[in-house]
Amino acid sequence: MDALMLSRLQFASATAFHFIFVPLTLGMSVLIACMETAFVRTGKEVYRKMAKFWGKIFLVNFALGVVTGITLEFQFGTNWAGYSAYVGDIFGSLLAIEATAAFFLESTFVGVWTFGWNKLSPKAHMITAWLVAGASNLSAIWILIANGFMQQPVGYVMRNGRAELADFVAVITNMFAWHEFMHTILGAFCVASFFVMGVSAWHLLRKNETDFFKKSFRLGATLALVASILVASQGHFHGNHVAEVQPAKLAAMESHWHTQTNAPMYLLQIPGQEGNLLEALPIPGLLSFLAFNDPSAEVVGLNDIPENERPPVALTFWSFRAMVGLGTLMILVAAFAWLKRDSIENYPTFLKVLPFLIPAPYLAIEFGWIVAEVGRQPWIVYGVMRTSDAVSNITAAQVGFSFIVMCAIYTLLGICGIWLMIRFAKQGPVEGH
Amino acid sequence: MESLHYTLATVWFLLWGVLWAMYFVLDGFDLGVGTLMPFLAKNETEKRVMYNSVGPFWDGNEVWLITAGGVTFAAFPLAYAQMFSGLYTPLMLLLFALILRGVSFEFRSKVESAAWKKVWDTCQFLGSFLPALLLGVAFANIFQGLPLDETHLNQANIFQLLNPYGLAGGVLFTVMFVMHGALWLAIRAQGDLRERAINLAVKLWPVLVVITVLFLAFSAVSTQLFGNYLQTPLLFVVLALPVGGLVLMRVYMGSSRWWGAWGSSAVFIGGTAMFGVIGLFPAIIPSNPNPANSLTIMNSSSSELTLMIMLGVAIVFVPTVLLYQFWAYKHFSHPVDEAELEY
Repeated sequence: MDALMLSRLQFASATAFHFIFVPLTLGMSVLIACMETAFVRTGKEVYRKMAKFWGKIFLVNFALGVVTGITLEFQFGTNWAGYSAYVGDIFGSLLAIEATAAFFLESTFVGVWTFGWNKLSPKAHMITAWLVAGASNLSAIWILIANGFMQQPVGYVMRNGRAELADFVAVITNMFAWHEFMHTILGAFCVASFFVMGVSAWHLLRKNETDFFKKSFRLGATLALVASILVASQGHFHGNHVAEVQPAKLAAMESHWHTQTNAPMYLLQIPGQEGNLLEALPIPGLLSFLAFNDPSAEVVGLNDIPENERPPVALTFWSFRAMVGLGTLMILVAAFAWLKRDSIENYPTFLKVLPFLIPAPYLAIEFGWIVAEVGRQPWIVYGVMRTSDAVSNITAAQVGFSFIVMCAIYTLLGICGIWLMIRFAKQGPVEGH
Repeated sequence: MESLHYTLATVWFLLWGVLWAMYFVLDGFDLGVGTLMPFLAKNETEKRVMYNSVGPFWDGNEVWLITAGGVTFAAFPLAYAQMFSGLYTPLMLLLFALILRGVSFEFRSKVESAAWKKVWDTCQFLGSFLPALLLGVAFANIFQGLPLDETHLNQANIFQLLNPYGLAGGVLFTVMFVMHGALWLAIRAQGDLRERAINLAVKLWPVLVVITVLFLAFSAVSTQLFGNYLQTPLLFVVLALPVGGLVLMRVYMGSSRWWGAWGSSAVFIGGTAMFGVIGLFPAIIPSNPNPANSLTIMNSSSSELTLMIMLGVAIVFVPTVLLYQFWAYKHFSHPVDEAELEY
């Protein structure tokens, strides 16, 4: 393997691993801030206990998210020097703004939050919880504006042999970025709410702390229903936008080969890199309708996209289906959980299944990112720069070595971190700590 | 380069230096405490006190590294690209060390098992000591200049970075940070641990003086850092920061005023970093031996618009960050209470 392939693998693994932890941070920080608000409003000790219990799990997850995020920022320079030099004028400033405006706030106040239980008033402590939640989500905005530029480059001019900033407002109001942000945040709420439901179900089944976990469950079920429905509906508009600005990605998501109006969707379809290996049971016009809200709209097929500008079709196609399938399952589960939220202890089978559904939104998010990032290939910046032109002048041996060490460290951290989180989750709320 | 762009790039060069200096000052003491862990803590409680002494701050401090890196990316993208890819292996080692250190805080005291704790204590030590050393090696090599070719690519491998001057930088940074950490423990630890930290700081001070003087002399021989100072002798007032910091540190230590001593140590670290940075100007990474290939503020900076927007961002947010971090330090830097340990 060459330095390019290894760098791609390294970046893909580092991002995928980082994003196991980020969504829970985004969603859970908001839930914990809500719990503390409930405590301040009602004065009921159970809410404080809830914030502490979920907060303890949150902190382990948070640490893993932070440390794996550092590698990502630096990898743009270490592995993708060509990219950094070419679009750093725009991309670099977005990362720097993220650090100064959001990450500082998040990291400083997570320390205050951890050590402030007995030193701050409940109200002040609640404010630190909101600061952490707000800063985490603000951080996501800046990162996704940066990613949005890679997906749909706007507000730049080619000058001095590189992309230079021409219109900052255009960069930060890039619709692609805001679709991604909405989709990411709603997905993160799905992760946090399924996490809370799953852990609460495990305890409710064992009749531990019933009041505590029923309250948690209700909070989780309500958020799960709202977030899972919204993420799917918003996803539709996100898809419309992709259809408009990234025709190659849309064609790969659907393995759609022939440019046509009234484009159908097949109930049975197996994609290949040269064409469909199997297509049967078409629903006429459905693809046109889903992509452009108009059954007679023309959808560009992969045959009309030069071969060296096509993304890997099968991976994009199957990842998209996996995401949609998991999303649908999540809506059904959340709807049932919400309808039965007051008598959920009477449905032991459902409670038994719920912990096993904790990975569902996680997987949906990972598959979604595969669609977004693999579907953008061969471009690192859509239509502007190819991934193959972006790699640093480094040797395969250097990358190979650091990739192996990174995998070893991440595996160790992943195992220890997830094991700790499961341990704390099973332990339930403990007095004092 | 037109004049507004040049002025902006110059301002950003100084800010770039200040942000790295802030990172060394703030993360310096918690890296120092981590490096001291195996030598100062005699029992489980003392270890936990050491973890908790930096507990509320280490994460916020490390963001200064992200910011310093991010600002290098934003203001001098070409320098960022070449600095980070050119120093590939040491940077990766630095990152892995910081990763293991970061989780060691959160993991270590969560499980009652001696083996588990030993693993994370080792990570905490290596994850603190290696970054201190590597940052010193990296910056000394930048002060000295890297062998950049016509396309500004670094031709040195990690073993060439471990040259005598590079290693001297590593030693200086390690000792500076250890001193800074020991003084922090004088503020936040109690009892025997505190006594041991104070003893160490007092004994370490002359060592630090000798190393600093040697490093400056070595710099005069091995680098072009003094060029700017000799050209504009007024700049020598910058040296008042590290020298003054070093002297005041001893004065405050003598009268047992530990905040004063720690603050002086902060001035010393920041001043040392700024002394080097100002010596570099206008290069960000000088090319050695061929100065024509240097990465300078002229050939590696961002566009005027980006520098302008980033300046606005920095003017608003850097003081805001300093303000709330100051608040956090003020409220959470009392002596560590052994009954209230989070880590």
